[in-house]
Amino acid sequence: MSFLNKIKPAFWNVRPRTSAADRYLFNYRRIWKWSVFLISIVAILPLVFITALDYRVTEQALESEFRSQTAHMASNTHLAMSFFLSERKSALNFIVHDNPPDALNNENRLAQILKALQQGFGEGFMDLGIIDSNGEQKTYVGPYSLQDKDYREHPWFRMVVNQDVHISDVFLGYRQVPHLIIAVKQSLPDNTFQVLRASLGTGPFQEMQDKLSLAGMGDVFLVNKRGILQTDSRYHGKVFDKMPFPVPDYDPHTRVIEGVGPQGEKLLIGYRFIEGTPFILMIVKQKKVLLESWRQARMELVLFLVFSVTLILAVILGSATYMVRNMHLADEKRLMSLHHIEYANKMASIGRMAATVAHEINNPLAIINEKAGLIKDLFTIKQSYSADAKLIGLVDAILNAVRRAGKITKQLLAFSRNLEASVETMHPEDVVREVLVFLEKVTEMRGISVKIYVAPQTRPIISDRGKLQQIFLNIINNAYAAMSDNGHLTIHIRPTHNENGVIIRFCDDGCGIAKEDLNRIFEPFFSTKTSQGGTGLGLSITYNLVHEIGGKITVSSEPGEGTCFTITLPASIES
Amino acid sequence: MRVLLVDDEVDLASALAERLDMRGIEADWVSAGADAIKRVEEKKYDVAVLDVKMPGISGLDLKARLEQIDPGMKFIFLTGYGSEIDFKELTCRAGETSCLVKPIDIHDLISMMNSLVKKPERG
Repeated sequence: MSFLNKIKPAFWNVRPRTSAADRYLFNYRRIWKWSVFLISIVAILPLVFITALDYRVTEQALESEFRSQTAHMASNTHLAMSFFLSERKSALNFIVHDNPPDALNNENRLAQILKALQQGFGEGFMDLGIIDSNGEQKTYVGPYSLQDKDYREHPWFRMVVNQDVHISDVFLGYRQVPHLIIAVKQSLPDNTFQVLRASLGTGPFQEMQDKLSLAGMGDVFLVNKRGILQTDSRYHGKVFDKMPFPVPDYDPHTRVIEGVGPQGEKLLIGYRFIEGTPFILMIVKQKKVLLESWRQARMELVLFLVFSVTLILAVILGSATYMVRNMHLADEKRLMSLHHIEYANKMASIGRMAATVAHEINNPLAIINEKAGLIKDLFTIKQSYSADAKLIGLVDAILNAVRRAGKITKQLLAFSRNLEASVETMHPEDVVREVLVFLEKVTEMRGISVKIYVAPQTRPIISDRGKLQQIFLNIINNAYAAMSDNGHLTIHIRPTHNENGVIIRFCDDGCGIAKEDLNRIFEPFFSTKTSQGGTGLGLSITYNLVHEIGGKITVSSEPGEGTCFTITLPASIES
Repeated sequence: MRVLLVDDEVDLASALAERLDMRGIEADWVSAGADAIKRVEEKKYDVAVLDVKMPGISGLDLKARLEQIDPGMKFIFLTGYGSEIDFKELTCRAGETSCLVKPIDIHDLISMMNSLVKKPERG
């Protein structure tokens, strides 16, 4: 809070709807608030809008890029897998059509065919078998001992009876190894049938999957239509596990959808149903990982926005404060000069009145003077009247009073005359003493002791006598107001160090000025005596007067101990 | 030494004249410029003490007239208006240095008169 108070510009303290605020032309706080608000809106809103737009567009572009990448990859992988299966299916179809039933039931012939298939297609084919219409394996060639096994109740067997050709899910079967079956039905002349069954390992699919490099913790695997994994996946379970998210709806084309993983993570899922098989090719990517690079860019964008907004706000705040403060200062100067003029006018009329009064009083005073002088002369010179000490004392009292009144009227006249600029050579001490004459009665009544110390090498200065009188009068009045009765005022007059001017220091032992008020006491309308009728203008006018005659005024104070005003004046006002 | 006092304030002029008489200075007084001219034509005075502001004719104008009649005459101006500095600026700008502001001290007046009369030439 104290930091805020320090940087708070002066206009901020002018509360609206106070008499102080009425003096100013504008409500500066409101101007400041509105200008900051409006400029901020105009400057920051478009920036935020454009940034948000850019954010949105980039995000959408990236997402669509990721989608199309995923779709592309799903299509390509689907093509490869689909081709792999249909190629083998066609080969088996050809074998069934090319070989009579007896030939296929010949174990040697079947072994020859298996060898040819393994040579021709490379990996894939594990074994071959011929199963009769009762589901019993009649002939078998391959690494497992599956001769005479009964397949009547196996789902794939029931399917091939109806469909002629069938590709099965991946299952363990009798051999307890994950494999799938391509079965082709061969009609026999006696209206029964037999089935050529080839089993394929999942190795080739796994290999195809592994070859794909996928960004964003990507995963590729096969599932069947019940959601059971048909190949091992990297992140979503092993073969025969249940896929941790629902099976997508059927679509003849490659599709990309958004899904949610078991931990609630957002997924980008590309899939394709492989026609003629129970398989669905799945490509699953984690959106969070995919968007990692985007998040980095987004962070930079947000940082850029924050930085720009901060910079703009700083510039707006700075310039608005600067402008409003200068407006306020100009207004204050205007007010100050208005008051100065008012003050000068007031002083001038006081001066004119003083001159008139002094003149009117001077003539009767002169008459009293001469008459009383004559009375005294009659007693002292003529000797014709008996010298009466009491009478002479009375006459002396009259003459003294006249002298004093005369001194004051002369000062009044000098004061009124000095209200107009009057540059002349004078000794500051004389001006101080002239001013003290006005305050003689107050000084005496309040028992204030005034001491003047003048350094011997002090030289006269060329300055404006009237302004000096006003300055000294204000300072001494101020000191008197701060002092209690029987206080002490000390006035030191000495040359400056370079002897190019004079320093006059007024020190009182009054109540002092609080530290926080000390640097504000020369501000216009600043007063701690408002309750006692202070206008808060005295010291600010003094300050201006001192500057007008080329001087400087400083103040130092200790609360409870007293205050010192130091006025430094140039040797000559012209310099 | 003979002195002529010219002041529209009769009370002041008469009292001052009497006080000067007591001190051995022969002082006549008049309250109007016309009377002053008449007196100077009749009689020789060393010094004329003139009020600056008088009805009819001002102290300065009167001085010019009296100088025509008696070129050797010295002048002292009195005024109740303005301070000494002010008065000096207004009146003594015309070359006069002998000025006093009311209420005056009789001793100042006498010493001023003495110094004027002693001087062979007006300074």
